[in-house]
Amino acid sequence: MEVGKVKRVAGPVVQATGLKASMYDLVLVGEEGLMSEVIGISGNKHVIQVYEDTGGVRPGEPVKETGAPLVAQLGPGILTSIYDGIQRPLTKLAEESGDFISRGLFVDGIDHKKKWEFKPIVKKGDVVKAGQTIGEVQEQLLIKHKIMVPPRHKGGAIKEIYAGNFTIDETVAVLEDGSKITMLQKWPVRQARPTIKKLAPTIPLRTGQRVIDGFFPLAKGGTAAIPGGFGTGKTVMQQTLSKWADVDIVVYVGCGERGNEMADLLHEFPELVDPRTNRPLMERSIVFANTSNMPVAAREASIYSGMTVSEYYRDMGYDVMMTADSTSRWAEAMRELASRLEEMPGEEGYPAYLGARLADFYERAGRADVLDGGQGSVSVVGAVSPPGGDFTEPVTQNTLRMVKVFWALDSKLTQRRHFPSINWLDSYSLYDKDLEPWFVDNINPEWNKNKSRAMALLQENAELEEIVMLVGSDALPEDQQITLEVARMIINFWLAQSAMHPVDTFCPYKKQFDLLAAILKFRDYAVDALTKGMSVDQIKSVPAKDALAKVRLESEYEPVLQKVMAEMDSEFKALK
Amino acid sequence: MTKEYKTITEIKGPLIFVEKTEPVGYNELVEIRTGGELKRGQVLDTSDEIVVVQVFEGTGGLSKDSAVTFTGDVIKMPLSPSIIGRVLSGSGRPRDGGPEIVPEVLREIAGAAINPACREKPRAFIQTGISTIDGTNTLVRGQKLPIFSGAGLPHNDVALQIARQAKTLGEAESFAVIFCAMGITNEEAQHFLADFERTGALERAVVFLNLADDPAVERILTPRLGLTTAEYLAFDLDMHVLIIYTDMTNYCESLRQMGAAREEVPGRRGYPGYMYTDLAIQYERAGIIRGKKGSITQFPILTMPGDDITHPIPDLSGYITEGQIIVSRELHRKGIYPPIDIRPSLSRLMNSGIGKGHTREDHRAVSDQLYAYYAEGNDLRGLAAIVGKEALSERDKLVLEFADKFEKRFVNQGRDEDRTIFETLQIGWDLLADLPESMLTRIDDKFIKVYHPKYAGAAKATEAPKK
Ligand SMILES: Nc1ncnc2c1ncn2[C@@H]1O[C@H](COP(=O)(O)OP(=O)(O)O)[C@@H](O)[C@H]1O
Ligand SMILES: [Mg+2]
Repeated sequence: MEVGKVKRVAGPVVQATGLKASMYDLVLVGEEGLMSEVIGISGNKHVIQVYEDTGGVRPGEPVKETGAPLVAQLGPGILTSIYDGIQRPLTKLAEESGDFISRGLFVDGIDHKKKWEFKPIVKKGDVVKAGQTIGEVQEQLLIKHKIMVPPRHKGGAIKEIYAGNFTIDETVAVLEDGSKITMLQKWPVRQARPTIKKLAPTIPLRTGQRVIDGFFPLAKGGTAAIPGGFGTGKTVMQQTLSKWADVDIVVYVGCGERGNEMADLLHEFPELVDPRTNRPLMERSIVFANTSNMPVAAREASIYSGMTVSEYYRDMGYDVMMTADSTSRWAEAMRELASRLEEMPGEEGYPAYLGARLADFYERAGRADVLDGGQGSVSVVGAVSPPGGDFTEPVTQNTLRMVKVFWALDSKLTQRRHFPSINWLDSYSLYDKDLEPWFVDNINPEWNKNKSRAMALLQENAELEEIVMLVGSDALPEDQQITLEVARMIINFWLAQSAMHPVDTFCPYKKQFDLLAAILKFRDYAVDALTKGMSVDQIKSVPAKDALAKVRLESEYEPVLQKVMAEMDSEFKALK
Repeated sequence: MTKEYKTITEIKGPLIFVEKTEPVGYNELVEIRTGGELKRGQVLDTSDEIVVVQVFEGTGGLSKDSAVTFTGDVIKMPLSPSIIGRVLSGSGRPRDGGPEIVPEVLREIAGAAINPACREKPRAFIQTGISTIDGTNTLVRGQKLPIFSGAGLPHNDVALQIARQAKTLGEAESFAVIFCAMGITNEEAQHFLADFERTGALERAVVFLNLADDPAVERILTPRLGLTTAEYLAFDLDMHVLIIYTDMTNYCESLRQMGAAREEVPGRRGYPGYMYTDLAIQYERAGIIRGKKGSITQFPILTMPGDDITHPIPDLSGYITEGQIIVSRELHRKGIYPPIDIRPSLSRLMNSGIGKGHTREDHRAVSDQLYAYYAEGNDLRGLAAIVGKEALSERDKLVLEFADKFEKRFVNQGRDEDRTIFETLQIGWDLLADLPESMLTRIDDKFIKVYHPKYAGAAKATEAPKK
């Protein structure tokens, strides 16, 4: 393999000569052998992005080839890991260099010494193909790690297969052609792992968030973007989704964001007990934390590392959710690197290939028939951080072309401390129609009807509010005043949901349905009372209305709701 | 490597271009001698033939035959405990007539990133004595919470009041203040120094002064020096460090100037595309490290050009810092001090520092309820201006009045008024008590039963804050 020479260093980008490396190959720059990736080749010059700080690197220092692109190490031991953008475990980095990350450290993505108990599920003589599971390892108490023939392997008959304790480098099976299979796969992070075929998004991904599940649902294998200015609730939402989503594996990518946020998450995930399994959330999570002050090239890579790991667990037949906070920082990393290449910039300085990169990334999501024969999914939720909160900027716009769900955060709602600050008029879910049958079959036949009713009320409310701003609410006809009041109830009692409240942070489907049905029931009572000649003020001061506000905060809400509804009934009957 | 070159080929703004024969490292410290003067610079771009150097003290007085030495080392800051109490220039030289710092350690000023896995979650409540901060945008130790202000607003007074009053509930601990001035006027700087002197804070402060008439490029160094000092005090000497730096807008202007001199492709509104990363590298040097006693809490101050919060400087800052305190011109005009508008203000770490065991169990609920009605009351002001107050419903009238009272009683306080968190919560409850109980939809009934003045009378302060 060739050894080239550094010619020029400017920030995270280095130029070198004397190399034969291909595009995206990993190379080691300088005396310290800093991990780097080829991102451009022109003439005899290689342009290289360095995953670590380049301070002190001099022209003339060596550049060594590795002959391979940046890969993720895939095998048992990934779960519970906390990685930087290039899959180096942060805890291992801390053992090597202390509290501050220093440079030139080489650490494997997974432990190569640890022994795992491998249980074969195929036997000698069985013919196996690429992607097929040949055995299992109990990676966590509740998570079986499937050991698969690597994708693109030509497969064949099993000649030997061993049960017992092995490291990931030891051979667990030998095929007739002599090829050996270990529990370690290496996969180039910038390439999608293959599946048999992508499936339609017909199963909702339950988030326990009323505004999402109820109005703008995400499908298993779906893609969603959550754009918003700073402080509008992107990070809290991504963390909340990670906690409650009904997926098997959570991959959280902190891409160019805050260190303290990662500390918070690393503090919380191991303590948070998953109600479905009674086990800590961390046992089924993988975190990539490449914070804003860590090297920008590794930030750029973090999204791909996260996606590759997500796909790997999907291939075992798991439902995986990957959240990326924030895809804008990823795009900015691309911009920063492109500008050092002196590439012709596109819109707002972003490279012309921004849209293509975003598309390639979101295309890797999906529910699929996997090579192993089962089904798995990768759902992706990407935060977008538009400058000045302005959604017309290139990253938001290019993202919206790709994703099917748009949760539009609205700083006006944030200022009122209405959380989640998802604007109910601007947001949408293109999975809506595909998922409706599921809700009707599994939750309540009235699910869609109630949702449409509530949406129509909110729509009307928005129109009425414009009139109110001109004439005041007392000038409206009485039935419209009732609409305003009911819309206010939907907004404050149902759409608002604090992620900080111990109970209300998660709302099961049935509770979501019951609470909305109760508000709509109030509306029926109110309209009826109006026709019987009661005044708006009388209706608004029905005590059960205020009592309804707090039902969502109850974990055993059903008896409370029943009581409130019974009171509502008698209070309306008593009006005269 | 001590070879001296007299091969400057070009001088452009703050940059010099030097031809050389030996290899020079990226980011290396460079010394430039001209006449008797020594200037320092840093390598921004290095190749076989030529290096580009930014000169911190400005290129004024340099010529093509100024002598350039590449030191073979990156920039380091000399540190020892005796740095406490010193006033230094924006590039770290004594400015108080005292001696050079005799180093016990030398630290790279670039600062390595704290390993996120080694961070401790910040959660110690800091009482600033200011209701709009303690009550509704609580600060915790290890947080970076900037003040976004505008030209001519009393942000310096707010920062000083915080520096004077900040304390934690509990044991007395050793702490220090670092003050970094970047491009502020001499008068402003004196205002800070005089206050530090009056309160005795100077004895436990380190001051870095780059004033309006000091070289602009030097400003790129100033926060790095301040933060390197902060890390030393916090993580070597176990101190709780509060670092105030002002004005980040001037720092960013220097970045822009550097970018323009290098003819870089600019990002939004002419600021460099890497400004987010650059700012993050400064702001992220706040926090707590597991197993260490000290902490770094940051209070950057920035003036929003044209009071525009979407301007890249506040915008990128807001995307990195853990919230923001907004100083409002409108409230200032109304004569309210501190003119903090809580609506766009935010403390992202508030939740971990409040509630039972930190402040009081009802804190979150009271804060949420105050926010909700203050925001609604503000919206109603617009409506009342159009349709008249009489046209409002009874409920809306109450909310409107609430907003007015909130500004006068909760927001407004004296420049030396140091409210305990319990006093702050009490004011909040008193205001909420003027609304019908059924309107307190964000507060759990169990808190209403305990703290609502109707049931409780005054809540009592249980712990006395200490410095
Ligand atoms: N769903 C929510 N429930 C309660 N509070 C929220 C919620 N979302 C956001 N917040 C509040 O808003 C603050 C900022 O949210 P965050 O997610 O950090 O914003 P962003 O990532 O968009 O900058 C949080 O610190 C929290 O106080
Ligand atoms: Mg965020």
